[in-house]
Amino acid sequence: MKRRDFLKSATALAAGTAISAPAIFSAAAQSRNETLLIVSESGPNNLDIHGVGTNVPGYEVSWNCYDRLISHEMKTGANGAPYYDRDKFKMELADDMKLGDMSATFKLKKNAKFQDGTPVTAKDVKWSLDRAVSVGGFPTFQMSAGSLTKPEQFVVVDDSTVRVDFARKDRLTIPDLAVIVPCVINSELVKKHATEKDPWGLEYTKQNTAGSGAYKVTGWTPGTEVVMERNDAWVGGKLPAIKKVIWRIVPSAGNRRALLERGDADISYDLPNKDFVELKSNPKLTIVSTPYSNGIQYIGMNVKQPPFDNPKVRQAVAYALPYQKIMDAVLFGLSKPMFGAPADFKTEVAWPQPHKYNTDIAKAKALMAEAGYPNGFETTISFDLGFAGVNEPICVLAQESLAQIGIKCSINKVPGANWRTELNKKTLPLYTNVFSGWLDYPEYFFIWCYHGKNSIFNTMSYQSKTMDAFIDGAVTAAAEGDKASYDKDVIGMVDTAYADMPRIPLFQPYVNVAMQKNVTGYQYWFHRRLDYRTFAKA
Amino acid sequence: MLATIGKRLLTVIPTLIGVVIVTFLLTRALPGDPAAYFAGPAATKEAIEQVRKNLGLDKPLPEQFVRYVRDLARGDLGNSLSTGRPVTTEIVSRLPASAELTLLGLIVSMAIAVPLGILAAVKQGSWIDHTCRVVATAGVSLPVFFTGLLLVYVFYYILGWSPSPIGRLDAFASAPTQITGFFLIDSLVTGNLEVFRSALAQLILPVVTLAIFSLAPIARMTRASMLAVLASEFVRTARASGLDSRTVIITYAFRNAMLPVVTTLGMVFSFLLGANVLVEKVFAWPGIGSYAVEALLQSDFAPVQGFVLTMAVLYVVLNLVIDILYGVIDPRVRLEG
Repeated sequence: MKRRDFLKSATALAAGTAISAPAIFSAAAQSRNETLLIVSESGPNNLDIHGVGTNVPGYEVSWNCYDRLISHEMKTGANGAPYYDRDKFKMELADDMKLGDMSATFKLKKNAKFQDGTPVTAKDVKWSLDRAVSVGGFPTFQMSAGSLTKPEQFVVVDDSTVRVDFARKDRLTIPDLAVIVPCVINSELVKKHATEKDPWGLEYTKQNTAGSGAYKVTGWTPGTEVVMERNDAWVGGKLPAIKKVIWRIVPSAGNRRALLERGDADISYDLPNKDFVELKSNPKLTIVSTPYSNGIQYIGMNVKQPPFDNPKVRQAVAYALPYQKIMDAVLFGLSKPMFGAPADFKTEVAWPQPHKYNTDIAKAKALMAEAGYPNGFETTISFDLGFAGVNEPICVLAQESLAQIGIKCSINKVPGANWRTELNKKTLPLYTNVFSGWLDYPEYFFIWCYHGKNSIFNTMSYQSKTMDAFIDGAVTAAAEGDKASYDKDVIGMVDTAYADMPRIPLFQPYVNVAMQKNVTGYQYWFHRRLDYRTFAKA
Repeated sequence: MLATIGKRLLTVIPTLIGVVIVTFLLTRALPGDPAAYFAGPAATKEAIEQVRKNLGLDKPLPEQFVRYVRDLARGDLGNSLSTGRPVTTEIVSRLPASAELTLLGLIVSMAIAVPLGILAAVKQGSWIDHTCRVVATAGVSLPVFFTGLLLVYVFYYILGWSPSPIGRLDAFASAPTQITGFFLIDSLVTGNLEVFRSALAQLILPVVTLAIFSLAPIARMTRASMLAVLASEFVRTARASGLDSRTVIITYAFRNAMLPVVTTLGMVFSFLLGANVLVEKVFAWPGIGSYAVEALLQSDFAPVQGFVLTMAVLYVVLNLVIDILYGVIDPRVRLEG
């Protein structure tokens, strides 16, 4: 309704002033400098991250249109571009955060208002956090990653003070309050649209933004475009320079590239690697490449079934993969290698870090013989067609390479809609996939991907008592601040993972963003989407 | 006439019932699991079950079907999961986009192909006949996405004559008030020439792409049917009576050759409407074809069902229109009907 009205009034305005056309033209030219035109392959399906099945582009809308209590400071990343600082928090909707032993108390900014003008109160914060832990699905899962699971943990102290009680000591609790999910929603507004069947008003927030954030959605045509305009009353930070963001969905990668090169689009960030490499030499464009924080593309093996239940076979595969070829021919160098660390490389207290395997067919053959498969075996290698641009050539190269040690793979292409179902069955023998976590802590990655409690991200069904002991040890040590045993446990985790090799890390993918030279203010965030609030056009 | 139309419409009902049942079963037979897909990457088994319950997919198939038919009777095609909006709204906003593109493509194609076909038939074996053959062969053998990308490359990227290929309007123009959903008509009605120009400029390349693709069947059909008619006795008689060749060709021969051409046009139109997905992808056109394919890839049932149903209704209407046109062109058909 709102959108329709907006369009109507806009058209009426345009029609009414049609006689004085030149005036419109110059106004348009001026506003173009305060407008950011983004082109990308796909757009949001829901404006609310708490919604059922909200896709990743939807997260970007939420990030820019809602505020959280706290957010992260920026630092300079390894590539010289601004990179979010995992360890330093800044206040967004909160004015002040007091960290107690088993709770954190937030005072809200006095003049904070929602986009409809009502003040932001502690009640809204509690309602929003209650909603996040109650709606189920992804938001509830993400909250539980920081031990935030029950509405009783969020306490209204007074109108502008809210306290978050910790369920247990967990160093991920505070960082988890700075991710996209715990956004603060205008509870009174949404409650008006809630129904018995939909107590959290998800139907309303699917189509409307009801936050206090720096932008509000003023037009949304799914699959075509999203229009966002600046909220001039925003108090969460410095008033953004960009007044209007137009996000157009352009499915053809070739056209997105053409739009950039012709200077018609300001930013695009999901082009094939080859295009980014070629665009790097274009003097009119700025390209920023940043490795995914806490993310790895890997080859996984089902360790519950022969032949991959044999660690020797897994090591043989790790020695047979054509790592460098993948880096050169598939990624065009736009990724961080996670293989071939020198023999004297000492395991660091960090993640991701490279393993010591490199392509060595002779060694792989010897390991295959030792494992009792001198003549190899037949298997299938599966990948997600949704990301065929990278996955398919990886699997073809792996197939070619594995054939040299007698492993005959047939390639199984799984359509995007089906991929997760297939992966969750945990029956695929050999596959490639990506995992990346918002919270950039080694133990976070390992809990999901390697722990014996066998979460859905432990796609290999890997279970090892040694590994579990290291992971549990690291989690406890982190909560207690015991650095010495934390370091020991993290190194133990990584060493065990690389000795047993249930999954073989290939590379850390890059987030590539291409923008016009006059566009500044790009920042890398853990969610890897754009933050419009810092952009500016010269 | 009305009785004929009414009778025709009655025969449509079983077809539509069949379409409803088949699309329902087909979408359920798709391999993907929408609950797993929409529960997101981090969903646990319980979360997936919860989403399944929310979507009503945990119910037995007959119950789902009854619910689907009941909603359908109320004109509710369900909600699209991938775009988050009612399918009816989506189709109402997207069908005009596709129709505008396809109709214009067809008109351009007709304007070229019909004269070309007539000339090729009249001057059989001449250079114009060969041109017709080459154009038709080239048009049909170039895949639409290739023609589309090539046109974008030449006219947008290199020459810069065409506006950026980002949909129906320039990013900075706002859509006209929806009356018919055809931007060209709506902008003229509301007197918004700026939007009209923008919409027209955006249309040129995709329209040409579609026209090139649909040239072949129309030109070849016109030529073949003209050849047959030109060889018939009444044309010989007309010529023998000393009528000038213009009257012979246009008034006598072409009118009689039109029946198969109209049939082809109808087929080409309905085929283009559903199948110009690739053109829509290349030009970021918010049409109905790309919507359906996108939905299919995400096992989003409701839009797929809605799409097939809309297409079925469209085919039925189109066939009806063609039948009526037959009657207008050839009185014999009217008598038989």
